[in-house]
Amino acid sequence: MLLEIDGVEKSFGTGDGVLPVLRGVSLGLEAGRSLALTGESGSGKSTLLHLAAGLDQPDSGAIRVQGADIAGLGDAARAALRRDTIGLVFQQFNLIPSLDVGANLAFQARMAGRHDPARIADLAARLGLSDFLRRYPEQLSGGQQQRVAIGRTLAARPALVLADEPTGNLDEATGDAVLDLMLALVAQQGAGLLLVTHSPRLAARCDAQAHLRAGRVA
Amino acid sequence: MRRVALGALLSHWKRRPVQLAMLVLGLSLATALWSGVQAINAEARAAYAEAAATLGQDRLARLVPADAAHVDEADFVALRRAGWLVAPVLEGRMRLGGERVTVMGVDPLTAPPQEGLAALDEDDGLAGFTAPPGRGLAAPETAAELADAPLPVEPARGIAPGIVIVDIGIAQRLLDAPGRLSYLQLHPDQPPDRPALSTIAPQLEERPHDDAGELARLTDSFHLNLTAFGFLSFAVGLFIVHSAVGLAFEQRRPVFRTLRALGLPASSLMALLVAELAALALIAGALGVALGYLVAAVLMPGVAATLGGLYGAEIPGSVALRPQWWLSGLAIALAGTLVAAARDLWRTARLPVLAAARPRAWALISERALAAQLGAAAVLALVAVALAQIGGGLVGGFTMLAALLLSAALALPVILYAVLRGAQALARGPVAQWFWADTRQQLPGLSLALMALLLALAANIGVGTMVSSFRLTFTGWLDQRLAAELYVTARSDAEAEAIRDWLAPRADAILPIWYVEGDLAGRPGRVYSVADHATYRDHWPLIDAGARPWERVAAGEGVLVNEQLARAEGLWAGDGTLDLPGGPELPVVGVYSDYGNPQPQVMLGLDAFTRHYPDAPQRQHGVRAPPEAVHDLAAELRAEFDLPDANVTDQAEAKRFSLQIFERTFTVTRALNVLTLGVAGVALLASLVTLSGMRLAQLAPVWAMGLGRARLARLELWRALALAGFTALAALPVGLLLAWVLLAVINVEAFGWRLPLHVFPADWARLGAVALVTGALAAALPALRLARIAPAQLVKVFAHER
Amino acid sequence: MNARTLAPALSLALGLAGAAHAQGFADMGADAEGFAMPERGTEIAFPRDHGAHPEYRIEWWYLTANLEDADGTEYGIQWTLFRAANEPGEAEGWASPQVWIGHAGLTTPDNHHAAERMARGGIGQAGVTAAPFAAWIDDWHMTSAAPDDADALDALELAANAADFGFTLSVEADGPLVFHGDEGYSVKSDSGVASYYYSQPHYRAEGVLRLPEGDVAVEGSAWLDREWSSQPLEGAQSGWDWFSLHLGDGVRLMAAQVREGPETDFVAGTWIEDGAATPLDRDDLSLAPLETAQVAGRDVPVRWRIELPARGVDITTEPVNPDSWMDLFIPYWEGPIRVSGSHSGRGFMELTGYE
Repeated sequence: MLLEIDGVEKSFGTGDGVLPVLRGVSLGLEAGRSLALTGESGSGKSTLLHLAAGLDQPDSGAIRVQGADIAGLGDAARAALRRDTIGLVFQQFNLIPSLDVGANLAFQARMAGRHDPARIADLAARLGLSDFLRRYPEQLSGGQQQRVAIGRTLAARPALVLADEPTGNLDEATGDAVLDLMLALVAQQGAGLLLVTHSPRLAARCDAQAHLRAGRVA
Repeated sequence: MRRVALGALLSHWKRRPVQLAMLVLGLSLATALWSGVQAINAEARAAYAEAAATLGQDRLARLVPADAAHVDEADFVALRRAGWLVAPVLEGRMRLGGERVTVMGVDPLTAPPQEGLAALDEDDGLAGFTAPPGRGLAAPETAAELADAPLPVEPARGIAPGIVIVDIGIAQRLLDAPGRLSYLQLHPDQPPDRPALSTIAPQLEERPHDDAGELARLTDSFHLNLTAFGFLSFAVGLFIVHSAVGLAFEQRRPVFRTLRALGLPASSLMALLVAELAALALIAGALGVALGYLVAAVLMPGVAATLGGLYGAEIPGSVALRPQWWLSGLAIALAGTLVAAARDLWRTARLPVLAAARPRAWALISERALAAQLGAAAVLALVAVALAQIGGGLVGGFTMLAALLLSAALALPVILYAVLRGAQALARGPVAQWFWADTRQQLPGLSLALMALLLALAANIGVGTMVSSFRLTFTGWLDQRLAAELYVTARSDAEAEAIRDWLAPRADAILPIWYVEGDLAGRPGRVYSVADHATYRDHWPLIDAGARPWERVAAGEGVLVNEQLARAEGLWAGDGTLDLPGGPELPVVGVYSDYGNPQPQVMLGLDAFTRHYPDAPQRQHGVRAPPEAVHDLAAELRAEFDLPDANVTDQAEAKRFSLQIFERTFTVTRALNVLTLGVAGVALLASLVTLSGMRLAQLAPVWAMGLGRARLARLELWRALALAGFTALAALPVGLLLAWVLLAVINVEAFGWRLPLHVFPADWARLGAVALVTGALAAALPALRLARIAPAQLVKVFAHER
Repeated sequence: MNARTLAPALSLALGLAGAAHAQGFADMGADAEGFAMPERGTEIAFPRDHGAHPEYRIEWWYLTANLEDADGTEYGIQWTLFRAANEPGEAEGWASPQVWIGHAGLTTPDNHHAAERMARGGIGQAGVTAAPFAAWIDDWHMTSAAPDDADALDALELAANAADFGFTLSVEADGPLVFHGDEGYSVKSDSGVASYYYSQPHYRAEGVLRLPEGDVAVEGSAWLDREWSSQPLEGAQSGWDWFSLHLGDGVRLMAAQVREGPETDFVAGTWIEDGAATPLDRDDLSLAPLETAQVAGRDVPVRWRIELPARGVDITTEPVNPDSWMDLFIPYWEGPIRVSGSHSGRGFMELTGYE
């Protein structure tokens, strides 16, 4: 099992007391498969994704990536996990504005020590970015920026791709195209994909679906 | 991984060169002013140390006369015969080949080992040195000036400028002091079982070696002054660094989050940021040190002239590159950067990975924060008031200044906030209301720069007021004090007598200005003779006097002391008596102001003077004569006695010379002031440039609602002018307070005299204009950019609305 | 002072002429302008000639003593006052051309102490008066303690004082003054350079040494040399080796050689027996180094063989302390020695000009 989420609970303190967000969620994802996580705003999907990425820690329950529980890991170990095993795609793209497209594409692969120029070139071509390599993020459209973000993630060959509303900032046509590309590439690499989306239409394109409601898998 | 991440962090600067330039500029300027001042101080201190080391004064104790003006040569021989290892020194100022120098007579056979005498290490070195006319040794620059001296002066190492070392016998001849010595140096290794000093030479006393040296102590206040202003400039420069660093961190906050999300550990991120800052600090620091060297090189001749004129300290007019100075410049740049970035580093270290990854908008000003700031300002103001009450020397004075300035700086945003809110309330029409509201909204972003401007303006007003007050007082005082029409200095007592005889039928009066040097209340000073003449009674300003002071002085019943001595010892008319060196104890009957002289001074009636100091040289005279006859009289006098030009000075020339010294004294302070103002201008520019980039989101809606770009740009300019103008108004009372502290506290501590405060509204107006121009210049570039911005850029604000 | 200022005067006084000073020294040898020159046949008269001769370039009052404490430990001391003139004659105050230099040495078998004082003439810090006889520099002095009817040098009180050592000494002569060369006219080179030179070699001495370990009472014998001149050495002469020896039975020997080159050393000496002096020259006397030691970084001949066949003398000298190095402004070797061989006894050795 590539990713195993087992009875995870997570609450946040607010001004009005403790707000439970996840109330015992269990999920599993095999390598080479894709899983869509859907739910209303506030249902806890993004929180779950952040936990899976090691960006945050669960209150209880286990999260195993490639069989290893990441819940107890320290900051440095979780940073290493994100660098080496996981690839994140954000709704906000989160490109580095001061680097050009080429450098952004290569960035994470270089961080992970898996830089391969041929692969970057190939990815850039398949993502339709070959002509924009010298441009800066602010000079690209939203769809182009998201394609750069996906390219940046896949270039590093992560075993597990976590995507948080990757098409949320894109119009429908562009979003569909970007998602198709991502699914194809993930499948090709044999990686697992956890896709967070509020759109049932997009979720349907994944191998499996899980629906969160009030902090539980419905 | 770190290299990749560092590349990402640094790429920010490549995309924002202006920001980088501001950061480097601010840090370089701050370092430059600071290290320039340090270079000047280091150079001067090195010169003092050299002067002190010229005769081993830095490490040797001395035997000095307990209450006489000089040591008798017989005491030297008696001490040597009793087994005391002492060496004789005779010191005196004189004109040698037209140059005023300190002649220092030594006995090379008993003098302790010293570098300055190494030049005697030649065959026949001793004979040529001791046999008349003798041979002088001096620093190369001094030796070069003494080509016309009556004896050959050779360059030697290890001698301070302005000092000529000669044989003791030659010195006695040159200084016309047969059988006299100034003091005896004690060798560090004395044989045991010597008889006690009191049994051999009870009239001498041992004075331990002088750590700081006379000059270093005298000039401490001057250097502290420079240091304080250097520090002020540095602080102002750090405002720039702080705002530039703050901006860079702010803008890169999303990048930090992305990097962390992509697997960069927090510790690595911090290490990279510190390394980045350190690298920037070192680069800017190096630039700053180089710039500081230029500043120092430009200012140094003025400083040298000032120290020479005011304290008789001879220091070279050039700056040497000293490694410790380089290093300290870099260190202060590094430390300053880290201090300026501390808050941002701290925040970044605690940055949550998950918080919304977007630049924080400039926080809306919170009235609670303002109240806290006002409270801090009030506390500091109270500290300043308390310090003023307690007193506590020069350091206390400067601490008080610091508290005062900081308090004012902290209070500034609060005051501006109130003013702007008032303006908004009074404003008519939506644009005006928006203008004031928006100005107020920008306060947090601009307050640091405005504080810097406030400090610079206040310093300018304060120092300007002090200098102008001083000049007014000083010139008035000179007019009174330099009452004689002509001043004549003879080359020997015999010549002086001949001159007096010659002048007697030609002049209205001849006023002897004779003096001896000696210990006055524990400090080296001078006792002057004063003739019983209407010139003094009519012209000399006494700031404190008992009954019939001049009559009592003339009768030898009392003395006048200068203000410095009166203040240092609490000796006011009727308050006490003063021990004259080697002379009687006399009551103080009056106090006179004596600007431009750091040493204690006493005026003694002429008869009493000649009675107590029959050996004093009697060479200097003031001559009263009809003004129209002065020119011819001076010419005749020079011709008759073949006197060098410099020995016959008329009143106008004396005044010019005194004023020249005065002007030089404050040249450096004023130059630093101007530079500080420049730095503050840069700070304002940096902040405005920074803000303009972030303000598009605020301006775009206004633009969309129909306010044209050009109009917006004009409003931006007005906004800067309004803020600069309000700041200048706020700076005025601060500056006047500063001037008061300088005149009433710092000057008294540093120089020993207190001056009345005069106000110069014209200067304020000029400075206000400077502030407005500074504001306008700083706002010009961002405004221009706004006026020319592509509408698409503004539209994008909406497209990118997050 | 630390300078080589006095190099010419001192090297002259000590007979040194090493490479560094050769030029100045050669100048002086070649030209003694204005200074009086010793002349053969001049009568030496007292008390006048015990005093200073400012018209001559250099002069000294030079006392050495071989001493022993109660335990038999050997000591040597030296008390010397040199006078050197920049110009002949005397003047008042600092204008005096006379320079005075005092040297004091104290040798123990394990240590050697040396000190130096310098003073200008004309101010009273140093000087020599003939009657009553006194020589002084600072608090160092050599003062006559002789009764009025005796020669002033018959009895002397001496003292020297430095940071790390000092001594007081009383000496009393049991023999007459001795005149070297031709009635005190002593030739120093083949070309006839000469000085006036007399000695008092017959002192019994007692005194107290101040050592770092404490005071030590001592007694023994002493030897005083008086010499003045204006041109004592030839330009090519590089230094000298000088011996004053107490050989027992009232016999004293002064032996000296001035080094010019391997073949041409100038040798002079005086055989003193029963108060009578016999001058010696290189035909009578030979001096040869037997062994050198490393002293202050130089090779110094510390053991010597001295032969005087006409008197049956074939002796070897051995230093009490080979490190008797006077590490002063102009350095030289001076210290007590032991004599063995055909005669036994004690004495002093001075070696100058070893670079």
